[in-house]
Amino acid sequence: MTETHVRIDGVSKRFGGVHALRGIDLEIARGSIHALVGENGAGKSTLGKILAGVYRPDEGTIVVGGHTAEYRSPRDALADGITIIAQEPTVVPHRSVQENVFLGVEGGRGGLLDQRRTMRRFDELVERTGIELPARALPRTLTVADQQKVEILRAIARDASLFIMDEPTSALTADESERLFELIRALQGRGATIVYVSHFLQEVLSLADTVTVLRDGRLVRTAPAAQETPERLVAAMLGRTFDLTFPDKTPPAADAPIVLSVRGLSRPPAFVDVSFEIRAGEILGLAGLIGSGRSEVARAIFGADRATAGSVELDGRPIRPRSPRAAVRHGIVMLPEDRKRQGLLMLRSLIENVTLPHLDEVSHGGVIQRRREASRASELITSLDVRTRSNRSPVSSLSGGNQQKVLFARWLFDRPRVFVADEPTRGVDVGAKRAIYELIRSLAADGIPVLLISSEHEEILGLAHRVLVMRAGRIVAELDQRAMSEDAVLHAAFATGEGEGAAA
Amino acid sequence: MSVAPSSLVGRSRQLVGRFDLAIVRDYGVVIAFIALFITLSVSSPVFFTWENMKNLAFQTAPVGIIAVGGTLVFIAGGFDLSVGAISAFTGIMAAKIFNATGIGLWGSLILGALVGLGFGIGNGLLVTLGRVNAFIATLATSIIIAGLGQVVTSGNLVSVASDNFTKLGLGSAWGIGYPVYVWFAFAGVCGFLLSRTAFGRYVYAVGGNAEAARLAGVRVNVVRATTFAISGLAAGIAGVILVSEVGTAQWNANTGIEFDAITAIVLGGTSLLGGEGAIWRAMLGAFFLQMIGNGFNLLGTTPELQYVIKGLILAAAVSLDAWARRRTT
Repeated sequence: MTETHVRIDGVSKRFGGVHALRGIDLEIARGSIHALVGENGAGKSTLGKILAGVYRPDEGTIVVGGHTAEYRSPRDALADGITIIAQEPTVVPHRSVQENVFLGVEGGRGGLLDQRRTMRRFDELVERTGIELPARALPRTLTVADQQKVEILRAIARDASLFIMDEPTSALTADESERLFELIRALQGRGATIVYVSHFLQEVLSLADTVTVLRDGRLVRTAPAAQETPERLVAAMLGRTFDLTFPDKTPPAADAPIVLSVRGLSRPPAFVDVSFEIRAGEILGLAGLIGSGRSEVARAIFGADRATAGSVELDGRPIRPRSPRAAVRHGIVMLPEDRKRQGLLMLRSLIENVTLPHLDEVSHGGVIQRRREASRASELITSLDVRTRSNRSPVSSLSGGNQQKVLFARWLFDRPRVFVADEPTRGVDVGAKRAIYELIRSLAADGIPVLLISSEHEEILGLAHRVLVMRAGRIVAELDQRAMSEDAVLHAAFATGEGEGAAA
Repeated sequence: MSVAPSSLVGRSRQLVGRFDLAIVRDYGVVIAFIALFITLSVSSPVFFTWENMKNLAFQTAPVGIIAVGGTLVFIAGGFDLSVGAISAFTGIMAAKIFNATGIGLWGSLILGALVGLGFGIGNGLLVTLGRVNAFIATLATSIIIAGLGQVVTSGNLVSVASDNFTKLGLGSAWGIGYPVYVWFAFAGVCGFLLSRTAFGRYVYAVGGNAEAARLAGVRVNVVRATTFAISGLAAGIAGVILVSEVGTAQWNANTGIEFDAITAIVLGGTSLLGGEGAIWRAMLGAFFLQMIGNGFNLLGTTPELQYVIKGLILAAAVSLDAWARRRTT
């Protein structure tokens, strides 16, 4: 069992100005479960995608089963038996399970499908793998876990021998995760190699044979899972002790006034009956799994979606955020979850991106006073230390961290009354992360209440003064400074008790 | 955070690569324009004469005006197929108002143009509040408007029996026809709106990334609808100019003018996907198209071939846009 399945030699990958991977060397043994761990942005997903032919490396070579692989597309990788099962399943929602499984490998004659033969093949496959799925069901009626099974069946139908799984449990319940692990072990039993990308450390340690830690695009170490502990892995992922990552917390004054108060806010099925308050200078963390309704709550407060019930009070007065425009007028601003799709105009300049919501303030009779605009925007851009060649370059030329800082600049143009930050450090390199943490802390120190959403629990724990945990659209726990711990957050985020495999 | 020198090299190489195609896409029309201009100047003694240039500009003006309005729609991420039908209908209205009332030439022309604005607002509402895809919405309104044109004229020609009526279309100052002045004035106003005002910023923002614009507090629907209104107004102005040139109006008079305008816009490097574009290049594109026709006439070659050439150029322009975009993402 020590035959090398994949050897990676000096692989590097850049996206714009960001080094996603630098000189990675790695061997993956055939028939092993090989985990890749690291913080968000460490490069683990990128490495998985390079193996699967989704990205092409800028430098370095990949040797699969003894021959050099140069994949131009996932299709090429599949020809070598390599398949990727993504975080979000990529099934065709309106075709049946069976059709999805055999998509692209229908095997009919002359373009005609042989229904009965396909059905037989499907039954054989189910029998062989033990993965039970209703052949005629439409994937959109299935749970995420079952949709993943469709993808796995699809991969098996194509004779895949190397499965890359990118955060497969991020959208699963504890029970479903446990069943997925059994399935993964069964795949391994059949001789398959599994590359398992995750940041749930406990999960990784109980499942994997070998663990590779990545940090900031570099490989830190590869070691047998038996030699690792969660503590050792965290230290390797962070490269320093935990506390050093975050600036000191300045708790809000005990008599700080309540600025934002949310009562019974609902928008089913995304979230139901959400109530909380934020005081001036307080950073309130909103934790929970992806899909637990955190972003949806933020969007409703910001007016991006409308709540169907409940009320929002700002400084004790009820407001009704019907649109982002109305929210911004009230001084409620939001850094959206996906800065490229929801935040920035990628082709426009830094200045234009900063002033977009504030053009009224730098215009006279609708005509923009360009000098005033440039000077106010540039002041902010400089004070946030955005690294750019010119403030008139398109924001697409910036690295992820600097792009995010441009959005901060946008919302600090006027002093906000409430600052909502949804995944403020997603896809941002380590240096910029630190700067963003400082920025959030200084906003709060300045008396601005901050609602912080993040999938990185360390980030929430390191920054927030108080944490609310959401599960399935409801707030299920409130943790103050003393009760706050990664354990407590995860305990609440996953259904309690049974979540053994999911705790990290 | 230190950046290795190799990454700087890589980055600048990437930037240069993406620059090239985008520049060809954006300024290809300038290069093509100059090339064709020189070719025609060399091969025909008549081409580069004051008389011919004046004529070219005069002939281009109506399409040019429509292309200017259409550029705004395109940048905001929309599409307007109804401008041909609108221009014909506004021509009919101007002629009918002139014949039926005593408000005179300018009054009837202005009212005619305002009919175009009304249709444009209708398009805008249909696309935003009605949530109809812009292509389908304006196809539908163009059918409706052409139908209305037939109804109000019973399918007949409307003629105006007064020399006074052709003052706008055929009149000139300093040897240059009034339509050319109208074209440049309209382009100047729209160009100013686009590059100097908050509205112009919103147009680019909405077309570039509608969701981001909305989350930045931009009233996306209002901005979109306004571009359609301006396009309708442009079609209205072009319509009254055209009817004032010939003194007769007909429901199907300007068939195909919308495609000339769209071709001109796309040649000018304005992307079909929105968020990018410039008015002066659309004007150059319109002029370029007219030059192709003019060249075929002057050189006496098979005039029908010009359509083949125009079509090929259009396809090439769109392909270039797609490639330039691919590089940037």
